[in-house]
Amino acid sequence: MRLLTHNMLSSKIKGVSNGFPLRIEVEKVIEKQVELNPDFLKNIFPKVDWKALVEAGRTMGFAELPEEADLLMLDSSEFLSKFHHALLELHLEEGALVCPETGRKFPVNKGIPNMLLHEDEV
Amino acid sequence: MWYLCVFYHRLLDYRKPEVESLAELYGGLQMSTVEWKLPQDHHPDSPFHFVNLPSEDVARSIANRSILVKGMYELWGQGNSYEELEESIKNYPEDRKLPYLACESTFKITVDSFGKVISFQEQNDRIKGLSYIPFQGRVDLKNPENKFWLMETDDHGANNGLPPIVKRTVFFGREIGGADRKRIPTYQLKSRMYLGPTAMDAEMAFLMANQALVTSGKLVYDPFVGTGSILIAAAHFGAMTMGADIDIRVVRDGRGPDCNVWSNFKQYGLSMPVGLLRADNNLPPWRPGLKEVFDAIICDPPYGVRAGGRKSGGRKLLKGAVAPYTVPDDKRTDHIPSTAPYSLAECVHDLLDLSAKMLILGGRLVYFYPVLRDYDIVEDMFPEHPCFKLVAKSEQILSSRYSRVLLTMVKTGPYTDEIAELARIKHLEFKENHLKSLEDGSLHSSVFSPSDPQLSTGPKSWKDIKQKYRGKYV
Repeated sequence: MRLLTHNMLSSKIKGVSNGFPLRIEVEKVIEKQVELNPDFLKNIFPKVDWKALVEAGRTMGFAELPEEADLLMLDSSEFLSKFHHALLELHLEEGALVCPETGRKFPVNKGIPNMLLHEDEV
Repeated sequence: MWYLCVFYHRLLDYRKPEVESLAELYGGLQMSTVEWKLPQDHHPDSPFHFVNLPSEDVARSIANRSILVKGMYELWGQGNSYEELEESIKNYPEDRKLPYLACESTFKITVDSFGKVISFQEQNDRIKGLSYIPFQGRVDLKNPENKFWLMETDDHGANNGLPPIVKRTVFFGREIGGADRKRIPTYQLKSRMYLGPTAMDAEMAFLMANQALVTSGKLVYDPFVGTGSILIAAAHFGAMTMGADIDIRVVRDGRGPDCNVWSNFKQYGLSMPVGLLRADNNLPPWRPGLKEVFDAIICDPPYGVRAGGRKSGGRKLLKGAVAPYTVPDDKRTDHIPSTAPYSLAECVHDLLDLSAKMLILGGRLVYFYPVLRDYDIVEDMFPEHPCFKLVAKSEQILSSRYSRVLLTMVKTGPYTDEIAELARIKHLEFKENHLKSLEDGSLHSSVFSPSDPQLSTGPKSWKDIKQKYRGKYV
C-alpha cells in the first residue's frame, strides 16, 4: 500500500465520526522505484491531505517532507521528487491501519489493505 | 475537412462512439458535434463512413489510437465504376495531389475489398488501371512514405453480410492512419498469466479505455478490479491505476507469487497500479471530504449472470431474520465477515453515487449494463444521475437472450447533498419501472432458464429491431 492510498482511506465503522487519518502500524516497509510523472503529481497535489501525508511518511521512516506545502512549491524539482517518493515509492507491505477513534485494526498483508467491515461494524 | 473512415466490420455499435470520444481527446470536439455522412446508398452498418475532423493531425491521432478504425483516408475520388472513379480523381484539386506524387517520395498502392475477394492478378490490373495518376515516386512495399488505397464494395445485389448492395462503390484515397491491432494479440487473454472467469477481453478493454479518454498521468479507478483486465488497458495508455475488490483472495493472493494482479502488469512491462485494496462498493472506505480525485472510472459490474456481486453484512442479518451479531473479541483478528448478495440495481446506484462524488468535472464513467433482448426498449432503460450525461451506449450481443451495453457517462455537475437525495429518489423510480429485470437473480434465470416454446413465438421487440447478421462477434 502506497501513501497515496493511505491518504484516501478512512474507517467507516458505524458510530465513528471521523475515521481519518488512519494510524499506520509498520511491520515491513519496502521501497519501489516508480517513474516520476510531474503532471500527475501536480494534478493530485490539491487533493492530498498534506498533514496526513507528512505524518504517514514519518511513521514509515521518511521525515523529509515540509510541515506545510503549497502549489508554488511544485515548481521545485527537489520538492517534487520528495513528494513523489513519499506518495508513490514507499510501500507498507505488512502492517495495519488503525482507526483513530475505535482502535480497530485493518490489516495490510502483501501490500493490500483489507478495509472490509465486520458484521457488527456495518 | 471530411475524411473517409473505414472500420473493421465488428462491434458495429462501438465504432462511431470510439471515434467521437477520441475526437474529444485529440481535437477538443464535443462528442455530439462530430459530423458523419454515409456514402450514397450505403447502409448505416457499412464499414465506409465520412467524418468531419478539424485537421489531418487530429484524424491521424484518432485513427492510430483507435481499435476499430481500419483506416482514415483523404479521399481522392470515388465512383460506382472505374470510369467514374477516374473522372473523380482527375477532378480532385492538383495542389492536394501533387505533394504526395513527387519524384523523391516512395509509395505503395493497396487494393482492398469489402464482401468479396479480388485475386492477385485482378489487383495488379486494377493498380495498372490507375496509370492516369501521375505517380513520379518510387514504389516501396515495405516502408512507403505515402500509402494509397483502392477499395471497392461488392457488386449490385450482392449480400455481403449487410442488406443487399444498391450500387458498387469504388474509393481511392491516401492513408492518414489506422488502428494498431497488434496490441490485441500482445494483450490477448489466452497468454495472460492470471485470469478470472470474467476477465475483460483485450479489445474491449482498449475500447473502454478509449471511451474513458485515458491518457498519461490520469488516475483511473475500477471498483470491481478482479484480475485487473480493465486497468491493464488503461495502464497501456500511461494512466495511474487504482482498483478495489471485495474478494481479498483475488487482489491479494492470486494463484501464487508469480500469478496475481501485479504479475499481470509486470508481464506487459506496465507500471503497477498505484493502489489495490479490498473494499466494498456498497460501503466505500474513502475519507469524508475526499472528492473529485479520479479522472475516469471504468468497470464491469457483477450483474449476476456469470458472477454475482457481494456486499457486507449477512443475508439473514440484512433481512432482520437474526439479531445483530457481535464478533467475540478473541476472534476479531482472523474473523471473516459474512457477505450478502448485491443486486444489480443497488450496485449501479452505488457506482453512480461514488462516481458522482469521486470523478472530476468532465470525468467519465464507463461501464457495462446488461439488457434482456426480449425486453421492450423504453426511453429510460438505463440508470440516470443528475450529475451525469449519457453520451454513448453501445450494445454487444452475448447470446440470444441477453446483451451488454457499454455506457459512457460524463460528469457535468458537482456533487452536493441535495443532488445525492435527488439521485436516490430517481433510483427508486428506476427500480420501480424495471422491477422485472432487476430483481435479485431474475437476470440469471432469464438468461439460463430453458426456453418456453409458447412464449418464443410471441413478438420479440428488441430482437426484431436488431438485424439478423449481428451475431455474437459483430
